[in-house]
Amino acid sequence: MALNGVFYSLMILAFLAFFVSRFLTLKTVKGDIRRLHSRPVYYGLNSLFLTVFPAVILLIVWSFAQSILIDEKVKQQIPENFITEDAPLNLIMSEVDRLSEGLKQLVDQGTLSATKVENEDSELFGIEDKLESAGVFLSSSISPEVLSASRSKFAMEAFGSSTRNWLAVLVSVLGFFWSLKNSTAEFRARNHVERITLFLLGTAATLAIFTSLGIVLSMIFEALRFFGMHPWTDFFFGSTWAPSFSAGSELSILPLLWGTLYISFVALLVSVPIGLYSAIYLSEYASKPIRAIAKPLLEILAGIPTIVYGLFALTTFGPLLRYFFGDGGFLGVEWMSDSRSVITAGVVMGMMLIPFVSSLSDDIINAVPQSLRDGSYGLGATQSETVRKVILPAALPGIIGAILLAASRAIGETMIVVLGAGAVAKFAGNPLEALTTITTRIVSQLTGDLEFDSPETLVAFALGLTLFTITLGLNVLALYIVRKYREQYE
Amino acid sequence: MTETFHTNSLFNISDKTKNRNAAERRFRMYGILAISIGLLMLLVLATTIILRGTSAFQQTFITLEVDLLESKLDKKGNRNIDDIKKVSTFGYSPILVNAMKQALEKHEISTSLKKKALGGIISKSAPSQIRDFVLEDVNRIGQTVVFKFLVNGWIDGYIKGRYSRESVANSKFASAEQFDLIDQLLEVGVVEKKFNFDFIFGADASDQRPEAAGIGVAMVGSFYLMLVVLVLSLPLGVAASIYLEEFAKQNVFTDIIEVTISNLAAVPSIVFGILGLAVFINYMHLPQSTPIVGGLVLTLMTLPTIIISTRASLKSVPPSIRDAALGLGASKMQTVFHHVLPLAAPGILTGTIIGMAQALGESAPLLLIGMIGYVATNMPNTISEGLLSPNSAMPAQIYEWAKRADPAFIERAWGGIIILLIFLLTMNTMAVILRRRFERRW
Repeated sequence: MALNGVFYSLMILAFLAFFVSRFLTLKTVKGDIRRLHSRPVYYGLNSLFLTVFPAVILLIVWSFAQSILIDEKVKQQIPENFITEDAPLNLIMSEVDRLSEGLKQLVDQGTLSATKVENEDSELFGIEDKLESAGVFLSSSISPEVLSASRSKFAMEAFGSSTRNWLAVLVSVLGFFWSLKNSTAEFRARNHVERITLFLLGTAATLAIFTSLGIVLSMIFEALRFFGMHPWTDFFFGSTWAPSFSAGSELSILPLLWGTLYISFVALLVSVPIGLYSAIYLSEYASKPIRAIAKPLLEILAGIPTIVYGLFALTTFGPLLRYFFGDGGFLGVEWMSDSRSVITAGVVMGMMLIPFVSSLSDDIINAVPQSLRDGSYGLGATQSETVRKVILPAALPGIIGAILLAASRAIGETMIVVLGAGAVAKFAGNPLEALTTITTRIVSQLTGDLEFDSPETLVAFALGLTLFTITLGLNVLALYIVRKYREQYE
Repeated sequence: MTETFHTNSLFNISDKTKNRNAAERRFRMYGILAISIGLLMLLVLATTIILRGTSAFQQTFITLEVDLLESKLDKKGNRNIDDIKKVSTFGYSPILVNAMKQALEKHEISTSLKKKALGGIISKSAPSQIRDFVLEDVNRIGQTVVFKFLVNGWIDGYIKGRYSRESVANSKFASAEQFDLIDQLLEVGVVEKKFNFDFIFGADASDQRPEAAGIGVAMVGSFYLMLVVLVLSLPLGVAASIYLEEFAKQNVFTDIIEVTISNLAAVPSIVFGILGLAVFINYMHLPQSTPIVGGLVLTLMTLPTIIISTRASLKSVPPSIRDAALGLGASKMQTVFHHVLPLAAPGILTGTIIGMAQALGESAPLLLIGMIGYVATNMPNTISEGLLSPNSAMPAQIYEWAKRADPAFIERAWGGIIILLIFLLTMNTMAVILRRRFERRW
C-alpha cells in the first residue's frame, strides 16, 4: 500500500468514525441530547481523534526509526576492506543512498520490477544507463559492493514501508472500533477532546523551539564536519578567502567579516541620521496630517522586497556612482572600476533601513513621558533644546537598541549585497571598491552543483553559524536594552 | 535706563537668543530635510521601477505570411509525422527567411542584408513556433499561414530606444542596416509594438531569447509557495498563539518558547535557507528546487510574524468576553474557540496576509534550496506536480534575470518587479481594508 492509500483510508475512516460514533451515541439516548454528558459533536470528535492520531504517530515514529535502523544495517553490510581513505564510509553511504533512491525511481516508473531488484543480480549491471535516462546521476561507476548494499537497502525500505503502511491502517481501524465503545451517554467526551486539543496546541507552540534547534543543530553538525577538514585557526584567524577546487583553499572569515561590517556601517551612516531625525520631526514637530501621510509613506520603504533594492543597486545606483567616480566619468577620477561597491550596497541598504530606524525610534521617543517635556519647556528651553537635552538622553538606551536591531538586519541582509557588493574578499578601505560579505559567500558556496563533502561547500555552514551567532547576540542585547528602558517609565 | 535692560528686552533680541532661535530653526530644518530625503528615495525608487519596468510589458512583433513549403518540411511528401519530426528547428529557418523576403517584396522595400541577418531580425523562438504548429497537424504543410513572431531582443531594444545605430557598430548581434529595415517595416505596419501578454503568463526562456521570457510559470511557483505557507503557517501559528496566550502557565518552559519566537523573528532569512538545505533536502531528501521545500522554509520564516500578530489580536479581546462565556458554563476551550477566536479573526487574518506578503517577496532562502538557475518552462498541470516538480518563484526569477548580462533581461527583471509589487500592494491593501472594516474598539 502506498502512502497515498494510507492517507485516503485514514480520511475515510476519520469521516466514518465521526458520524458513526455520533449516531451511536445519539441512539443510546434516543435522540434526547439533554441526557448526554457532552454535546454530540464531541463524541464524534473523540472517535475521530482516536482513529487518526495513533496511526499518524505510528507513521511518523516508524519512519524515523526505520531510516536509522536501515542505515545501521546497510553500514554493517559494507565490507571493512572496502572502506579506504579515498572512500570513507559516509561517502560510500551517500552513494548507496543515491543508488537506492534511483532504483526506487526506476521501480516507480515501471522500468524495473521490484522482485528483480531484490533477487537477481545479473539484470542490474549496466543499470547506469537506465538510471541516467531516468535523471539519476552517480558520481562514479557502481561497484558490486555498493550495488548489493543499495539493493538490500531498497528491499528493506520497501518491506519496512509497506509494513508500516498496513500497520498504520490497522491501528486506525482498531482505534475506530475502540472508540465506538465510548458511545455512551455517561462518557465524558468533551473532557477527552479538550485534553487532546490542548496537547495539540502545546505541540504547535513548541515548534518554534524545534525550528531554532533545527537551525542550530543543522549548522553545528555541518560546521563541525568543516572544522574536521579545515583548521579552525585558519577560519577564524586567517587573512585570505580563496576557495579553490583543488586542495589548499584558504577559507578565512575575517575578510568577509570586514566587508560585512564595512557595508553595514555605511548603511547605518545613511539610515541612522535620516531615520532618527525623521522620527524626531514626526513625533515632536509634525502636525497630525503630515504625520498621517509621511509615516506610512516612509514605511512603504520597509515593505519593498529586498530584491528590488538589489536590482536598484545593481542597475541604477551603481552605474550612477560609476558615472561620477568611474574611469572616464563625470568627475574625471578613477576611483571606481566596477559599479558594485561598498557605497552602492551600503547606501541602498541604508534606504531600506530608514523606516526601520525611524519607526522604532518613534515608538521610543513617544514613550518618553510628557511631563519631562513640560518640565523642560517650563524652564524656558526651546523645543530643539528639549529634544536634544531631555528627550534624546532619556530615550538613548532605546535608540541604541533600535540601532543595534538595524545593524543586525544589515549584517544579515542578503539580496542587496549579492547584487550590489561584488565578490572581492580583501581588507580594502576604499568605499568605492567592491567587497564581499558573509551572506554573499554563503549564497555563492551553496548554489550550483554541490558536493557536501568538500570544505568549500561546508564552510558555508560555519559562515552561517557565525552569522546566526552575531545577529542573535545583537538582537538579544538590543531587546534587553529596549525592555530595560521601557520599564523605567512604566 | 541702562544699556543692559534694552539688550534683554523682548523687542531687542540678544545674540544668545538669536543663536538659540537659529539653532531651533536649523534643528527643525534637519528634521524636514531627513523626511524629504526619505520620501525622495521612495520617489526615486518608484520612478525607477516605473520608468525601467513598463517597457517590459510591450514587445515588438512582426507579422509574416509563411509558406509551409513541402520541399523543406516533408521531402518524402507522405505526411509521415515521424519523418516530419526529424526536421529540426534549424530546418525551419529558411522558410522564415523566405517569408521575410516575400514581405519585403510585397511592400517594395529593398535591403542589402544577407539571409542570416534577415533571419536574425526574428526571434530565435520563431522556428520552434512554426514547428509546433506543423506538428500539431501535418496537413498544414503546403499552406500559407499568417504568423505573428516576436522580434529579436536587440531589434526590440532598438525600437524601445535601448540601442542606437552607433551603439551596435561593433556588435555581432545587430547592425545598423537591420535597424534601417526595421524603421521601414514599422512604417508599413509589418512590425509593430504591442502589449505582450506572454510576459505575464508565459514561461522563462533561455538566455539567447530574452524577448520570449515571461514570468507566468514563476508566478504559479509563487502561488504554490504561498499555498504551502498558508496551509501550514496559519493553523500552526494560531494554535501556538492560542496555547501561549490562553493556556500556558507562566513557567520556564513558556518563557523559553517566548524568547525563541522573538529571536526567530530576527534571524536573517538566509539562515532559514541553510536550514532548509540541511534539513529538508539533505536529511529528509525532499526534491530540490520544489515549491514544497520553499514553502516549508518560508513557513518557518513567517510563523513568528503570524504568532506575534495573532497573540496581539487575542490579547485585544477584552477579558469580559471570556468571563461571560465562562459564567454561562462554557469550558475554557469552548470559550476560546467559540468566542475569543472569532472575535480575533480579523486581526489574525490581517497578520497572516502581512506575513505572507513578506514571504512572497523573500528571495534569499529560495536561492539556497535551488529555486534559481533553473529555467522554469513548464506549467504544472496538477496540484501535486505544482508542489513537487522544480519551479521558480517570482523574486527568484527576477534575480535570475538580473544576473544575465543582456539588458533585455534587466528590463524584464524590472517588469517582474512591477508585477511582484502589484501583488504585494494588493495584499497589503487587503490587510488594511480588513483592519479598517472589522477592527473593533472595545
